[in-house]
Amino acid sequence: MTPWSSFGRLSDLREEIDRLFDAPLNELARTSNLLSGWTPALDVYEQKDNFVIKVELPGMSKEDITVSLHEGSLSISGERKSGTKHTEAEVYRAERFFGRFQRTVTLPAPVAPDKVKAQYKDGILTVTLPKTEEAKPKQIDVSVS
Amino acid sequence: MKATAQKESPRKEERAPTLDYVAPEVNIYETLEGYVLEAEMPGVNKDGLEITLEGTEITIVGRRGQDPVAGEPLLRERQPADFRRVFELDPAIDTGRISAKMHQGVLTLTLPKSERVKPRKITVSD
Repeated sequence: MTPWSSFGRLSDLREEIDRLFDAPLNELARTSNLLSGWTPALDVYEQKDNFVIKVELPGMSKEDITVSLHEGSLSISGERKSGTKHTEAEVYRAERFFGRFQRTVTLPAPVAPDKVKAQYKDGILTVTLPKTEEAKPKQIDVSVS
Repeated sequence: MKATAQKESPRKEERAPTLDYVAPEVNIYETLEGYVLEAEMPGVNKDGLEITLEGTEITIVGRRGQDPVAGEPLLRERQPADFRRVFELDPAIDTGRISAKMHQGVLTLTLPKSERVKPRKITVSD
């Protein structure tokens, strides 16, 4: 029996099918790395004073991640390098993608470029972008007579 | 193959209460020394990792740390589900010497082969 095969593969297939049924269309595109390269999953949240962006980038070095802001668009790009050399190894599974990626998000309100912060932890990049004073929601007190 | 099919059913039942798992993407290599398995589990750290060995089956579970972001989500592509995947091990693996390492959301499992199955060079004497 070949290791890593048989029922493991069967249940993978089942899970893959489950995944396809559950997945919205953009998810589907993401799953097929072969066609699209690597499109890391990304969340954008809007808070009162900030935008927070989380990107899944497992297994990178922080030196290989570039975050840049240009005219209200945030770009996250980089390259994931295969850390281990397995030249003499036999490959049983190769599902992980190595190579370049880029994602760009257009922010719905102006942010202060000099106050943008990025942190990389547990394979997740978190970018916090404080809104400019003008973009923050303001509370206007109206005196009721 | 028959034994394999039988194994499938209890696992399904076991999975039933927690359907919100996703299978991590893996790379598996075999070298002369053993196997190396890398699994992508972004958001999981050492504390969220559970690796169980049962017979010749290894189960990897990765629970994402709690990182709820306050505010209104404008775009959500990330799946909040925890990770789980089961692998059937090559009987040649020395299960007592399996080691695991977690770094930036990637689990690396090193599964050495037992000494007795490692290929050995035999020198022929004259």
